[in-house]
Amino acid sequence: MAKGLLVDITRCIGCGACKDACVETNGLPKEADDSQLSDKRYTVVQEKAVANGQTRNVRRLCMHCESPTCASVCPVGAFHKTKDGPVLYDAGKCIGCRYCMMACPYGVPRYEWKSTNPRVRKCILCAPRLREGKPTACAEACPAEATVFGDRDELLAEAHRRIKDNPGQYVQQIYGEMEGGGTSVLFLSDVPFAELGFPANLPNHPMGEYTEAVLSKLPNVVIVGGSLLSGLYWIINRRMTLTRERIAATEPGARPAGEGRQ
Amino acid sequence: MKAPRLTFWRGVFLLVVAAGLYSTILRFARGLGAATNLSDAFPWGLWIGFDLLCGVGLAAGGFTMAAVVHIFNVERFKPVIRPAILTAFLGYLLVIMALLIDLGRPWFIWHPIIMWNHHSVMFEVAWCVMLYTTVLAVEFSPVVLERLRWKKPLQLVRKALPFFIVAGVLLSTLHQSSLGSLYLIVPNKLHPLWWSPMLPILFWLSALAAGCCMVILESFLSQQAFRHPLGNDVREGLASMALVLLIPYALLRILDLLQRGVMSLAFLPNLEGRLFLLEMVLGSILPIALLLSQRVRRSPRGQVSVAIMAILGFVLHRLNVSVTGMEATLRAGYFPRWTEVAVTMMIVAIGFAIFGLAGRFLPVFDHDRPAMSPVLVEVEGAREVGTKT
Repeated sequence: MAKGLLVDITRCIGCGACKDACVETNGLPKEADDSQLSDKRYTVVQEKAVANGQTRNVRRLCMHCESPTCASVCPVGAFHKTKDGPVLYDAGKCIGCRYCMMACPYGVPRYEWKSTNPRVRKCILCAPRLREGKPTACAEACPAEATVFGDRDELLAEAHRRIKDNPGQYVQQIYGEMEGGGTSVLFLSDVPFAELGFPANLPNHPMGEYTEAVLSKLPNVVIVGGSLLSGLYWIINRRMTLTRERIAATEPGARPAGEGRQ
Repeated sequence: MKAPRLTFWRGVFLLVVAAGLYSTILRFARGLGAATNLSDAFPWGLWIGFDLLCGVGLAAGGFTMAAVVHIFNVERFKPVIRPAILTAFLGYLLVIMALLIDLGRPWFIWHPIIMWNHHSVMFEVAWCVMLYTTVLAVEFSPVVLERLRWKKPLQLVRKALPFFIVAGVLLSTLHQSSLGSLYLIVPNKLHPLWWSPMLPILFWLSALAAGCCMVILESFLSQQAFRHPLGNDVREGLASMALVLLIPYALLRILDLLQRGVMSLAFLPNLEGRLFLLEMVLGSILPIALLLSQRVRRSPRGQVSVAIMAILGFVLHRLNVSVTGMEATLRAGYFPRWTEVAVTMMIVAIGFAIFGLAGRFLPVFDHDRPAMSPVLVEVEGAREVGTKT
């Protein structure tokens, strides 16, 4: 069963326990900038100003797309979606083109810019813990049940339930249910997601379809283009040869062929 | 042997290469972060926008001319085929060099050969660039083989040439368009004046036109440098070709904006609007208007100025797609570090230098002697056969 996280922004108290647990579990350096994702922070909690002078605490982390854009665009297949849910990166394959960073609609992958052998860094949804049957470190550490771990299907049902049972408390959207074909990490909020910095204009299909649709046409280009060009080459050269022969036959010791043709 | 004299341009060349080498060393010793202004928010900069996108596009004269001369048999353009293929070959080698500097782990650049992801445009570009660089090496090899007087391999290459020409056109069509497809995946990041489902076709068309303009410019420059007389009618023909290629590009560009309903964005008084207008006027509208006049098409100065305008417009378009069109949404305030500019300038300078050396030591411009052009040799050979019968 594919696992996932449900992050309820209305419940988050901004304590940062998720981030601390993440740092601990993934062996990241304790001293680093906590204000945004980096090669040293796979998750952070950001305080976002919303209307009426209020603020909301918004966790940022890899969304673990159902059809990950990073996996679609990576030339060497360094990313893959596991059946458990995590989207994982294989540094051994990576050539460092950074197309994943360009393409990710959520702007998640980070780079080791200071390294001479740099890797892409991002949340791995605690894949090793999942294999042991444990929840992610962040969900385990959350004191407010703002981040809960579970099967994606059940989390989605739970999210729908919360929206239904608490009319007026949530916006009518579960971020990650549809966005970009859906994600393993789901968000609930009481203010529109666009105000919290979530990309608002994503299609409901995997982003990879934009490029894959074009790629699927390329065999046609090769076959039609190849036969057309070869055919043209053959016709034109055949006609030139014939012209040359005709000139040679009528006029021995002939003029250059090119002049006769044009 | 006499030591080469230090002229002004050689001095400039040495300075540029020195700055570029320093930056390259910095990049490998301290990482991309130390040598560039790239960041997590702005992971692709000048090296991708100019060195890769413009480098590949401006090298399109190689496959365009190869197709026109070898497949469509337009004999008038034979004199420019060798310089065009040399430019393309050098262009691709320099693009690969730039990639080796830009990639985070360049020692794994060969990975796409064995690690496949056929969903990835980048994977397709990697393969096409590899294969097409090989094709260009074959297409250029007669020049070297002639110089070495290796008859047997020369004959072999000439026999296989049509196959390589067709393969080259196909590979180029694929990856020239795919460079545009790379940006299809960022509809939410790239400004609507530049993001378009038509990007692959726009990139392919603009590369055809820019490649053609590069051949005009380069034939003009090499005529000055090597004093090889080139009939003005050749460049006039190229100017007509550029016109024929620029018109569909401009039409598609404008129609696409109208159909997506974003044309009005072009006239907003912001950076994007201004850059768009500059790009269109400089790169498409002005060149087309000028080329419509036969007097411009016939005058060497007209040809070259129009070519330069169109090339600048082309470069601006690619930089707008890859850098400026992204600035507003990514909010990273990217501007290339001087070391990035230095590497780019070094690569361009190396291109000029090798082109100059090749022009001097290889039979690149000997179009006045028929035996030197592979096609003319073929024609010559066929004529001999024809005469005998």
